[in-house]
Amino acid sequence: MKVNNKQVVLDMRPLDEILSSMPEISQGDLIPLLQQIQSRYGYLRRDVVCEMSRRTKIAVSRIYGVATFYEQFHLEPHGRHTIKCCRGTACHVKGAPEITEAITRVTGVSPGETTDDMKFTFETVACLGTCFLAPVIMIDDDYFGHLTVNKVEGIITNYE
Amino acid sequence: MSEIKFNINGKQITGSGGQTILEAALDNGIEIPNLCHDPRLVPSGACRLCLVEVEGLNKDVTACTHKISDGMVVSSESEEVRGIRKTILELLFTEHQGQCATCDDNGECNLQRYAYEYQVSDEIIGQCQPVEHADNYTTGNKALEYDPGKCIRCGRCIRICDEVQMDTALTFMNRAGKTEVTTAFEMPLNESTCELCGQCISTCPTGALYERYAKGKGACQDLKRTMTTCAYCGVGCRIELNTNTKTNQYVRSTSPVGIIPNDGNLCVKGRFGFEFVNSDERLTTPLIKRDGKFEEATWDEALDLVANRLSEIKAKHGADSIGGLSSAKCTNEDNYVFQKFIRAVIGTNNVDHCARLCHASTVAGLIKAFGSGAMTNSIDEFKKADCVFVIGSNTTEAHPVLALKIKDGVVNNGARVIIADPREIDLVRFSKMHISQKPGTDVALLNAIMNVIISEGLEDKKFIEDRTEDYQLLVEAVKDCTPEWAEPITTIPADDIREFARIFATASAASIVYSMGITQHSTGTDNVLSVANLAMLTGNVGRECTGVNPLRGQNNVQGACDLGALPNVYPGYQSVEIEANKDKFEAAWNAKLSPTKGQTVVELMHGVEDGSIRGLYFMGENPALSDPNLNRTRKSLEDVEFLVVQDIFLTESAQYADVVLPATSFAEKDGTFTNTERRVQRVRKALDGPGNSRDDWQIVCDIANRMGYPMSFADASAITDEIAGISPIYGGISYDRIDDVGLQWPCLDKNHPGTKFLHKDGFSRGKGKFHAVKFLPPKERESKDYPFVLTTGRQLYQFHTGTMSRKSSAIDQKSPTGYVEINTADAKRLGIEDGEKVEVSSIRGKVVTPAKVTDTINTGWIFMPFHYHEAPANMLTIDALDPVAKIPEYKACAAAVKKI
Repeated sequence: MKVNNKQVVLDMRPLDEILSSMPEISQGDLIPLLQQIQSRYGYLRRDVVCEMSRRTKIAVSRIYGVATFYEQFHLEPHGRHTIKCCRGTACHVKGAPEITEAITRVTGVSPGETTDDMKFTFETVACLGTCFLAPVIMIDDDYFGHLTVNKVEGIITNYE
Repeated sequence: MSEIKFNINGKQITGSGGQTILEAALDNGIEIPNLCHDPRLVPSGACRLCLVEVEGLNKDVTACTHKISDGMVVSSESEEVRGIRKTILELLFTEHQGQCATCDDNGECNLQRYAYEYQVSDEIIGQCQPVEHADNYTTGNKALEYDPGKCIRCGRCIRICDEVQMDTALTFMNRAGKTEVTTAFEMPLNESTCELCGQCISTCPTGALYERYAKGKGACQDLKRTMTTCAYCGVGCRIELNTNTKTNQYVRSTSPVGIIPNDGNLCVKGRFGFEFVNSDERLTTPLIKRDGKFEEATWDEALDLVANRLSEIKAKHGADSIGGLSSAKCTNEDNYVFQKFIRAVIGTNNVDHCARLCHASTVAGLIKAFGSGAMTNSIDEFKKADCVFVIGSNTTEAHPVLALKIKDGVVNNGARVIIADPREIDLVRFSKMHISQKPGTDVALLNAIMNVIISEGLEDKKFIEDRTEDYQLLVEAVKDCTPEWAEPITTIPADDIREFARIFATASAASIVYSMGITQHSTGTDNVLSVANLAMLTGNVGRECTGVNPLRGQNNVQGACDLGALPNVYPGYQSVEIEANKDKFEAAWNAKLSPTKGQTVVELMHGVEDGSIRGLYFMGENPALSDPNLNRTRKSLEDVEFLVVQDIFLTESAQYADVVLPATSFAEKDGTFTNTERRVQRVRKALDGPGNSRDDWQIVCDIANRMGYPMSFADASAITDEIAGISPIYGGISYDRIDDVGLQWPCLDKNHPGTKFLHKDGFSRGKGKFHAVKFLPPKERESKDYPFVLTTGRQLYQFHTGTMSRKSSAIDQKSPTGYVEINTADAKRLGIEDGEKVEVSSIRGKVVTPAKVTDTINTGWIFMPFHYHEAPANMLTIDALDPVAKIPEYKACAAAVKKI
């Protein structure tokens, strides 16, 4: 990995803390390590990941392979809030496609994208496991069930 | 290995313990279809194509992962497994764009072959529609191209990059249908950790990875493969030149897995470095300089002129006023004929070549200590050594394929690599310990290491007693060289020297690897003697996986030395100053020979200054870029009365010539090269030479004939036969014996098997001889005006003066120009930014080149590669010579760095 000497490196203190809390790091620790980095930095920043690779000797290509394999990891900056729209069978039957469209209309972004003001990242997921609430979305840790297209705007505009 | 008998498809076969079903079957000539298998890799069982039935097991197993056992009954061709295989192939084809008609890999692709064998239906092959793929990590890269549409996601490219090359540049990204091969963060290949070895191409079972340069120049089925030997470094990788006979063009390089010495592995130069063969800039006709301009000439005109002028100079000024530089790039046969020409026709021993500039001190030092000046052990032994001590060798860059064996030893055999090098070289990643001595202080370091070994009683007393002499001289010499004494000289903390010494001395089999970092000093011979002392002190000579292993830099520098392209020895290291040798060669060559040894490379150049040298003949050498203190060298080339240059390009040196003779390259001639482990290997003609170019030895013979000395050979093989008759170490070498695998000299007669490692039962000189070596500092010390120590060397991508490697589009993209490495703190102090152009100067000259700001070199020291004519490091280097070997001090001089 080419290191650019001129680049102003961001605060590496959170990374220092994470690494010092995990003695004897091996390849097997990669997933928990990435989870902690993501929770501290919001996403897997390239410079942080490269620095982590340098210090742990885990090849940066390996890290990238793992980070792109799992849906839970993000390599792009994430919005302050994550909207997850369920598109499982039950939700689909109950109108999830229309809910998806409504979210896009309100936020201005398609699934997989983040709003310019970094407020929302919009994702679709295969199933949230709460079919009794269909159609359902999650914003951060909160569920909103039995949705109708009309309710979407009100829910989303409640978030700052 | 225990023998295991088992049954496959009704046939009883024998395998060895630990083998998988697939390995044993392939060894017995039975093919089980496979796509993710490469013998160089750990089996992964990913493609599922090698599924077989094993009696007694309730499910099919993958033959590449299942080990054989006695009495096992295997079926690889039952209707059921064939059916499964066909389904797997059809599934692959739903995602594989089967465009075989336009695919470069056509004829080579295993997927294509199995699709035919299993008659995958046309409907399925046509099903996958070509899609426009987005940019990927190889977009715009000139070395290789990755086509996800042809990729079957077997992972071989990723695994070879990881397991064999140990670069880990590649990975899969995403999952399921979106999986693709890429680099970290999909960064362009040349920005990743990739070293451009192209091993990924070599293992790809389809055409998904392919050399960019080769694309469209001929599908695999139309290419002719000629097995020959690589023309870059001394490792001597066996390589197949793939050529298109319709266009008479070189297309690509391949190498078969399992071959000695490289097991199918190649480096960036072997894989991508041969575009020069096709270059439009190749010399195609003789040139004669008239009124300062080159004019095309016929062979007769040019050869007559050369013969007449050399005869005139000889008649007027004597034979010793003429000198010849032979070439470590040319074959053994070319070198033999060239030195014979200089000795028998001109009548002088003034013949030398660039080994003077690399391993002259090795030859001088090791002959004194052991009686033979060559690498003692073999390349393959590195992977089994207990400890490998690397000093002054940037192995992964200068000898990349040999370095694979050292890395293999560390990762798979627990070997401990210890490194003494001023720079933090790439191999440090794999090392147990790295110490950085100040350039030019190797003797101090080695003496201190030996002081520790002796004072702690770690020496091999029995070996010293039985096999060596003059041990007391060494004891006396290193008595006061304590680590504390060495610390201020080398800048290495005393305790680190102690620890280092202990690791080496306590290893059961320790091998020493060294290269230019040891030899290119005004104390080069002393350095080599110290290395030899250390090996003998610990009993690490004459056994497997030990030894003193100087890595030779050029493809045939070993051979050029062996064949007597040196001013003091005839072929086979037979001294010219011994009467009996002279008599023997006078009789064999039917000529009067000179009884005194000749002048060396740098001495020949200096001889022009006082008029003692009047005529020079260079065969494939480029001193105008390779010699130290270039301003002085170039002045000599300008002033010399008559200069003949025989080469494949109009090099920097050829510009100064009176006559230029166009030669064929290694790809266009037959012959042999001898690699660093003394292995004599075949070079074979793959193409016709461009225009009127001719083989070097034929040109030399023609000049000899014109000068009245009859010299002719039916072919290169006849020259080798003459060599065998006259040089005992090559006594048993002939083309029929080395057709398949090369032989390692000494090979004394037709029945001699060759020699894997030297000095087994006794040293070539009888007993190994210890020498007392006193530390002497480099000739030039840092000063107020020149406060840095400049050290020079090679880097991975380029080779020597770049005549060959800089013609490669892939290499040029990766490594377009020179640089000077400077420590971050020094750069900061001088206000120099990474990539900024700076002026580097010494008392002899100055160059302007970009700075590479790095922490891999200590403060106060700087490094420059010497390949680049636009920033020639040798404008700065000092031409101080080692008094014995006459090797110049390329590795240390005083320099200044200035912001501009």
